[in-house]
Amino acid sequence: MTRSNLILLVLVAVIAALPIFGESYALRLGTTACMYGILALSWNVVGGFAGYPSFATAAFFGFGAYASGILMAQGLPLPLAVAASAAASFVLAGVLGAALLRLRGHYFAIASLSLVEVFRELVNNATDLTGGGMGLNIPLSAGTDVMADARFFFYAMWALLALTALMVIIVAGSKLGFGLACIRQNETAANMVGLNTTLYKSIAFGLSACFVSAAGGVYAAWVHYIDPSDVFDILYSVKPIVMALIGGLGSPLGVLFGALAYLGLEEVVWRNYIQIHSGVLGVLIVVLLLFLPHGLMSFRSRLFARRPKYV
Amino acid sequence: MLAAQILINALVLGCLYACIAIGFSLVWGVLNVINLMHGSFIVLGAYLAWGLYRSLHIAPWYALLLAAPLFFAIGYLIQRVILNRVITAPVLVTLTLTFGLDLILNNAMIYYLKADYQKLSLVPPMGSVSLFGVVVPVDRLVATVAALGLTFVLYLILRRLRVGRAIVAVRLDRDAAVLMGVDVNVTYAVAFGLGAALAGCAGVLMALIFPISPLTSTAYLGKAFVVCVLGGLGSVSGALAGGILLALIEGVGSAMIGPAHATTLSFALLIVFLIVRPQGLLGRKGFE
Repeated sequence: MTRSNLILLVLVAVIAALPIFGESYALRLGTTACMYGILALSWNVVGGFAGYPSFATAAFFGFGAYASGILMAQGLPLPLAVAASAAASFVLAGVLGAALLRLRGHYFAIASLSLVEVFRELVNNATDLTGGGMGLNIPLSAGTDVMADARFFFYAMWALLALTALMVIIVAGSKLGFGLACIRQNETAANMVGLNTTLYKSIAFGLSACFVSAAGGVYAAWVHYIDPSDVFDILYSVKPIVMALIGGLGSPLGVLFGALAYLGLEEVVWRNYIQIHSGVLGVLIVVLLLFLPHGLMSFRSRLFARRPKYV
Repeated sequence: MLAAQILINALVLGCLYACIAIGFSLVWGVLNVINLMHGSFIVLGAYLAWGLYRSLHIAPWYALLLAAPLFFAIGYLIQRVILNRVITAPVLVTLTLTFGLDLILNNAMIYYLKADYQKLSLVPPMGSVSLFGVVVPVDRLVATVAALGLTFVLYLILRRLRVGRAIVAVRLDRDAAVLMGVDVNVTYAVAFGLGAALAGCAGVLMALIFPISPLTSTAYLGKAFVVCVLGGLGSVSGALAGGILLALIEGVGSAMIGPAHATTLSFALLIVFLIVRPQGLLGRKGFE
């Protein structure tokens, strides 16, 4: 295990200590931080490791939210509902990925983007099952104590984040991670030397979707009410990319740092300039891409002398 | 009779879709940049027409004359100042950058123009013509003719003007174009400016027909996507074919399985097309 992966795990562990500060605001912020962390780390498996510009995050976030929400409305407990919808979305994304990941560059970006639209419209029109535009109410869990509830959801989301971090570390160190890196460098060559690129990409897409949709499931239970325009918001696809860009593409530690930094910025902006928050996000994106193309990691090389790295 | 009405509607709407998509297709084809601001440019053009009509009573077809140079200048500047810096970067960077710019533009529109829907209503209204039981509103007809005119103008620019030939040349082979003395950065900026101008003009035409709100920009962008993929990138005739095909699918789809599923249908078709025939119906290397 590399040093930066160790730091990643330590960072995740530190986040768990947040409820010591006890306040409900700290808990809400912490839960959101964990959720953003999951989304960004999952996106990184496809976007960072394999270099495929995926905009499908919102599709699977919404899918997970609705699948778990419907299962919970049927009376299934939260962990089972989340596990079931995560498994379903692993299979779904694997199958869709086998087809969509044949596309490259802009074409893949558009296909993944339109996946969000298709899912949203399907959910919108399946009124009997999802309530359509009226949204879906998710029954409250047994607890009546607000603080206990908040703490429960924080730890649920945190556990998912820890699992996601472990998954990312395992993938990075495995043959799968190596294969994905080959695909990013030169897919045609990787294919030529006998790498089953389709299989690798599909697994990566499936893994990424499965954790995103688990996060969606916990989110749905946390907020008790979801509607299509909320959970299929295209910003859920874009935010993880921005976080990864802030932190530096490809490095899991950087990506998690990016998620936390992004949340901090978002909180400051939301609190002070609610009406122009998406404009400020836009300015952030533009500035980041033009002046800090390698994210916060560009500072690291200036602060510490870099040792040559062998893969 | 219903079939004839659906067909006519599709033809009329298809030309408008082509007009929405053609600038987008030009930018994508030449610069290899997906301009996610395209939808907001269209809405901004619509607001321009609406504002001019409401405050100065200038009819939308005259507003075209103002919109074209104005949007060309905006697009030219954006390309020169911002996009040319990252034009060689990976897809993710250019895509995210235009998304960021779109967030700024769209948020500014919501902030200053509010998210309420506005409608440009001509006084007196233009009514509709009916021929053999097929009814077409006159404003739609006018917009269609204007849209066809705009596409034809673009075709002429690419075909006859030196700068248009430069655009085609850069698209075909960037390096060879440089050797022939083409200034690539200027050509890129002109292509982006043309794309923006077409978006602005399309917006002016849309104002004649549809309600205006910053919230509709993503719908226009979605249409542009689908039309481009259906028709093939960067070809004028491809955009027309794609636009009419999309309008036909939407029309027939709405009639057969209900209007609620029309968007799903068109996006599902988009995905199928991307997988089966990513170069589109009429896609080819150069465009004429």
